[in-house]
Amino acid sequence: MQIQADENVEAQRNADHGVIIATRDVNVYYGDNHALHGVSLDINKHQVTSLIGPSGCGKSTYLRCINRMNDTVDGCRVTGEIMLDGVDIYGPEVDEVLLRARVGMVFQKPNPFPKSIYDNVAYGPRIHGLADNKDDLDEIVLTSLEKAGLIKEVQDRLHSSGTGLSGGQQQRLCIARALAVRPDIILMDEPCSALDPIATAKVEELIDELKENYTIIIVTHSMQQAARISQQTAFFHLGEIVETGDTEKLFTSPSDERTQGYITGRFG
Amino acid sequence: MTDQAQKEGGNAWQSEAFIKNLTKRKRAERRFRLTGLLAIITALTLLAILLFSIVSKGYTAFVQTFVTLDITFSEEVIDPNGTRDPMELRSANYSKLVQNALRAKFPEVTSRRDLRRLFSLVSGDADTKLREMVENNPELIGKTEPVSLLAGDDVDMVNKGYIDRNLIEDDRRVKDMELSWLDVLEADGDIEIHFNTGFFTNGDSREPEKAGIAGAMVGSFYTLVITMVIAFPIGVMTAIYLEEFAAKNKLTDLIEVNINNLAAVPSIVFGLLGLAIFLNVAHLPRSAPIVGGLTLALMTLPTIIIAARAAIRAVPDSIRQAALGLGASNQQAAFHHILPLSMPGILTGTIIGLSQALGETAPLLMIGMVAFIADIPSGFGDPATVMPVQIFLWADSPERAFVEKTSGAIMVLLGFLILMNAFAIFLRKKFERRW
Repeated sequence: MQIQADENVEAQRNADHGVIIATRDVNVYYGDNHALHGVSLDINKHQVTSLIGPSGCGKSTYLRCINRMNDTVDGCRVTGEIMLDGVDIYGPEVDEVLLRARVGMVFQKPNPFPKSIYDNVAYGPRIHGLADNKDDLDEIVLTSLEKAGLIKEVQDRLHSSGTGLSGGQQQRLCIARALAVRPDIILMDEPCSALDPIATAKVEELIDELKENYTIIIVTHSMQQAARISQQTAFFHLGEIVETGDTEKLFTSPSDERTQGYITGRFG
Repeated sequence: MTDQAQKEGGNAWQSEAFIKNLTKRKRAERRFRLTGLLAIITALTLLAILLFSIVSKGYTAFVQTFVTLDITFSEEVIDPNGTRDPMELRSANYSKLVQNALRAKFPEVTSRRDLRRLFSLVSGDADTKLREMVENNPELIGKTEPVSLLAGDDVDMVNKGYIDRNLIEDDRRVKDMELSWLDVLEADGDIEIHFNTGFFTNGDSREPEKAGIAGAMVGSFYTLVITMVIAFPIGVMTAIYLEEFAAKNKLTDLIEVNINNLAAVPSIVFGLLGLAIFLNVAHLPRSAPIVGGLTLALMTLPTIIIAARAAIRAVPDSIRQAALGLGASNQQAAFHHILPLSMPGILTGTIIGLSQALGETAPLLMIGMVAFIADIPSGFGDPATVMPVQIFLWADSPERAFVEKTSGAIMVLLGFLILMNAFAIFLRKKFERRW
């Protein structure tokens, strides 16, 4: 997106903030274990939505429903409705490969492929045939690395191994890799939990920039992080959504006492 | 904590019971270490004894005794008509030349029986060498030249010290007369020991001095090629399918249990299977590397599948998730990432499975690879034998000279096994990855 006059950007962003993902009554079962109980949540376009809650509350499970990564888990069953731009992603005509190209994912532990930095970023465009030739591919790789704020650090060693980078750089490489497929939505599953505060700050800054063009859903254990980077927050507890709403409101005047207890550190 | 310690206000670690317990723990640990050390020493000693006995018996198999005789290439024996026709030269009686040379050397020997003994000083293979010399250079005809000829196995054994000269003559395979001839040859400097190239270039033979393991090596090679070509792709594909694609249910559990059981099935059972299917149903040639290879492939498959599954499982799930998260299909994730990353482990397992197959005898007995085959096989359908079977055959032969051949062949086989395992270790070290 071109940088325009401030008010234009503001206007456009406001116009963009419709609901992109609407989930209604989503239940997830791992075998006999009922992990998510009737979760309904709307995700706004071009905003950061953070999912918070104590460990095992189902926030990662919910996240993994949105790109159907739960399909890869044996014995996992999902019921309910997850509408992406009005289409049920669990509908029979939806191809999960296409869906995952549209909904990118960044994992908790940086997981670059044990290949070169270039090949890491180029992998997605290659399998989806996004580049017609070598120059196109170079362009995509460089742009993605630039968007992920990594280009300065790696431009002289694009062909050295991605696993040789530091933890924070690896995580930004994974973000660049997700961006290279040009998704609409990026799911982040505790992307900073394995990073030190400086690397975390860089990733947070990056998330803040990315929301101009992408819808971001982030699972985090850090309430400060949720407060810093997200516009919407959903609080999960024991497989249910307890409270959801504007981040500012949720953190300053929560309506449910469990939320109150969690954000003030009384449990969780 | 004892009452005393409590009274004195001491901490737990100062109490008598604590110290007693500590000494007990230390003693137990020392005992355990000692046992471990003992186990290792025992294992190494046994291994050393095994290697020593094989090497000490077998190293002489790599050298061979040669007798130098003045051979007269007389024209009347080789080419009585003087035509120099190649066919004529080929079919001439070259043994006669050797016999003439021996007669000339020991003119005192006249009786038929003694002459036969005399002629056995030189291997029956000597005529081949003379024929080749003449065919390559017909100019030799009519000349007399000293030629170094392969000695008979008895001479070889005496020369290598395997026959005790002090035994009474009746108990000795080599009689006094032969020993006296040998002494004469020795005194004239006509007996030499050379590196035994024939051991590596000849096929099997009834005469120990001519027997070599080339036939068995080539047979083993063809057999292993078949085994690898069949077992590797099928094994890897099975492993990939079971790990990455198959649903986890009762059926796949059953398959897994059965594969694990197959790995433990005695190899002779696979031989029976090979006999029943490849020979009796498919009518493939008996004793051929193709059948041996197929049979060994059946035996090696479970090993490869188990090793490949373990290697695939060792690839972190995060790699799979990263690929799937980018929109790769299952197949792309498997073939772009998981298979290449698990390849070192798969190859290691495969090589270990193949070296098992290389040392396998029992199943091959069932499909007729135990036959005596003197020719070096030139294809997958030729009758052949393999190294371990050759060892078995030689160990079963009555001639004294086959003892060293047996050990020599074992050494060659062990050499190949060590090479293959070293290659497996090399692959593992080279491509080992840490996440």
